[in-house]
Amino acid sequence: MRYLPLTPEDRASMLATIGAKSADDFYTDVPKSARLKAKIAGLPGHQGELAVERHMTKLAARNRAASAGPFFVGAGAYKHHVPATVDMIIQRSEFLTTYTPYQPEIAQGTLQTLFEFQTQVAALTAMDVANASMYDGSTACAEAAVMAARVTKRSKIILSGGLHPHYAAATRLLCEAQGLTVVQLPVAIDGEGELAKSVDGETACVIGQSPNVFGTVTDLSGVAKSAHEKGALLVSVFTEAVSLGLVTPPGEMGADIAAGEGQSMGNGLNFGGPYVGLFACKEKLVRQMPGRLCGETVDADGRRGFVLTLSTREQHIRRDKATSNICTNSGLCALAFTAHMTLLGGKGLKQLAQLNHEAACELADALGALKGVEVLTPRFFNEFAIRTPVDAEAVLAMLDEAGVVGGVRASRLFPTDHLGDVILVAATECTTTDDIAAYAAALKEII
Amino acid sequence: MAMNTQGRPTAPARASSGSIETVSGSRGLLQHEDLLFEIGTPETTGVDLPKPKGLKSRLGGVARKVDTGLAGLSEPQAVRHYMRLSQRNYAIDLGFFPLGSCTMKHNPRLNEKMARLPGFADIHPLQPQATVQGALQLIDELATWLKTLTGMPSVAMSPKAGAHGELCGMLAIRQALIARGEGETRKRVLVPASAHGTNPATAVQCGFIVDEIKANARGRVDMAELREKLQRTDDVAGIMLTNPNTCGLFETDIKEIADLIHKAGGYFYCDGANFNAIVGRVRPGDLGVDAMHINLHKTFSTPHGGGGPGSGPTVFSEALAPYAPVPFVTKDEDGLFRLVEHVDGDAKDSFGRMVAFHGQMGMFVRALTYMLSHGADGLKQVAEDAVLNANYIQARLKHVMTPAFEGYCMHEALFSDAFTADGIETIDIAKALIDEGYHPMTMYFPLVVHGAMLIEPTETESKAELDRFCDSLESIARRAAQGDETLKGAPYLAPARRLDETRAARKPILKWTAPAPESVAAE
Repeated sequence: MRYLPLTPEDRASMLATIGAKSADDFYTDVPKSARLKAKIAGLPGHQGELAVERHMTKLAARNRAASAGPFFVGAGAYKHHVPATVDMIIQRSEFLTTYTPYQPEIAQGTLQTLFEFQTQVAALTAMDVANASMYDGSTACAEAAVMAARVTKRSKIILSGGLHPHYAAATRLLCEAQGLTVVQLPVAIDGEGELAKSVDGETACVIGQSPNVFGTVTDLSGVAKSAHEKGALLVSVFTEAVSLGLVTPPGEMGADIAAGEGQSMGNGLNFGGPYVGLFACKEKLVRQMPGRLCGETVDADGRRGFVLTLSTREQHIRRDKATSNICTNSGLCALAFTAHMTLLGGKGLKQLAQLNHEAACELADALGALKGVEVLTPRFFNEFAIRTPVDAEAVLAMLDEAGVVGGVRASRLFPTDHLGDVILVAATECTTTDDIAAYAAALKEII
Repeated sequence: MAMNTQGRPTAPARASSGSIETVSGSRGLLQHEDLLFEIGTPETTGVDLPKPKGLKSRLGGVARKVDTGLAGLSEPQAVRHYMRLSQRNYAIDLGFFPLGSCTMKHNPRLNEKMARLPGFADIHPLQPQATVQGALQLIDELATWLKTLTGMPSVAMSPKAGAHGELCGMLAIRQALIARGEGETRKRVLVPASAHGTNPATAVQCGFIVDEIKANARGRVDMAELREKLQRTDDVAGIMLTNPNTCGLFETDIKEIADLIHKAGGYFYCDGANFNAIVGRVRPGDLGVDAMHINLHKTFSTPHGGGGPGSGPTVFSEALAPYAPVPFVTKDEDGLFRLVEHVDGDAKDSFGRMVAFHGQMGMFVRALTYMLSHGADGLKQVAEDAVLNANYIQARLKHVMTPAFEGYCMHEALFSDAFTADGIETIDIAKALIDEGYHPMTMYFPLVVHGAMLIEPTETESKAELDRFCDSLESIARRAAQGDETLKGAPYLAPARRLDETRAARKPILKWTAPAPESVAAE
């Protein structure tokens, strides 16, 4: 077996050194009835690279890749171009095959990139400090809610009607398990402002999203003001990190915590994971933050170096009193994010965001010009909702036959909210003029 | 071939040894490298993008006021920046990485190649299900492997890491108790003192109260204390137990523990972090387990990536299966795979949704590739070699170091610091290993052993590598026993010397800030 270097002679000689007869001797603590005699039934035996590759390639061929043609699916994950350099960097063995940097003397590579990641996320969100990443945007959102409850010592969490419903579900689950009350505002395409009215003296935080799940961008400054007047926090969520190159970021709106998805930078679609959660907050809240933090220090020779820090918040020190149970973050995806951001630079990011916005504007014009199609999102970055005169599921199936993956039907995300004729549509820098023309032409045929 | 006509010296000159300072700060192959923000500018870019057309904005005025100001680099600069930083990392591809409880095994490159097939890497979690049948089949196949290897009837694939899998298991227990009408009364979860910190942290995240159980002199659960704690049963939610445990030992009384907890009306959560020791040889389903997460990044070779992404699918017994989270994959009678995404119908008792999408697909591809490569026969050999390697290390070092417990170990060898002279700490031994070219073992964990040193070799290492490592550690251990003060300064040969963690925590600097302009600073 190609991954196992021990030879039968090695095994025999090692057993002799140990004084054991066979490997069975090591398993004598296992209850007799649970000791398996033969190999587990029902599973195949080992295979060479070629055979494995053949099987996996066959499975892969049964999927329609986003790059295979016009593709307009967003709603929390986005098809962006990832520079070849990014993948080369994350495939370096020194980054790919190392562990959490517990031994900083031989992990400065990981630690310095995490410090760069934190700096980039803080700047992007316009917040004071960022952590070294979370699993994804939805778990970052959930952790933000319970952090707000810790900070305010209050128990009511209010979710906007534009929050991605999967983020809302993940947040509700974690909050309710901890005995917090979650109030979900009615689903609304342009309702983030409603959060301002709902906040009261028991509210720990309000959670708003911009751009929201329908693509609507909203200045949450008014919500922040209302929340702060009542002693509550504003958690500002985003699912499209590229938007922050152009759209008002959480920090400029007075958010206390920013939580979002970083997949758009450097990370492929990967059918939903692994992704990278971004988490940032105001400086005064840093000791209530979940997750790893990397900080600057010096070594014994006085040279600058980096270490994991403030670990007294964390489970391996604080156990049942930790701020979160998170152990692993999303290190390699954070590195991909950082490498992509580094290649773009501030000016490049803004330009990329502009290209995304313009592609969406052109798409909205092309689709909105069709008789019977209505663009529902009043202000948007790179995605928006449309209403079609025919059932959305049927529309998408017919578009698919025409080779166009036309978006997400809103009823897949909101099954009980009577949005059967609504489709969420996204465009990015990958969207070409031809793609837009193909979509409009195919949709015109259908309706 | 060029003639050496000018008498260029071809042998080293006699020169003084010792360190020299360089103008560049580089040290030969180890290049000095500043932070990206100190070498780049916001105008620099390594990406050629088309020029925007200048269309009218549809942002409705919700536009960013202050640019990010983030530095960029050209492509060659960026490549060098990250290459140079990479040289400061130790990695499993470079050498032995015996970090206990982390299972740092070889990460096959075939896994990486397969994960990058566009049919896996370039598909969207919300595109029509008819266009991702291969992806859903892959999830279903991996699920079958996990259920068969563990002997459990059901598996939740969406948890994003080990601790997230723990959360999944404990939320299912919580939901089962609620369904029984005992959600408010059964709040107590028993957790051994030797448990990984995520266990008690997870229990609390789910609204439970942690009740700690001591370890006995053999490093296992103290059964007398367990029975004592189960005198009262009406408040018991369950137990969280790692098996093999964090001392690297199999819990001898595991079936009795399962029976006792079930009799008390609770559930048995098993932390599967150490599954590598028993894969193919023992099925947790035969031990009375109700829920267990599996770290695909440990047992099934997906790369650790410097701290994630992980993946923590969680298997369930019949008792907990109905409460598993959405989404999950089912196969219809017509052979089509389907995602169940909402809490109704097939999933009416589900505790809900933990994450935005379907789990760590990129890790699923790698793990299945690894399983197919090894097969059921190879995986059994994996466990045996991992355990053999650990016992070999224990046997070679037990005369110079202090084994924490008597007898054979499973996949990791645990030593206490009892053999060291006064003033020499576990950390000194760990850092001295760095100078020898090794990643240190896990230190000061588990907490039940003083100055713990937890060594997990995995099946990846050859006998020659183990012998070299044991020679090094044996020598360091002898120096530690003799009180060799030079150990306190180690490492001497790493890219950095020991770092000041106290200073980092006292006044945290968590991001780079531009220095004040010189004209201002000069005033």
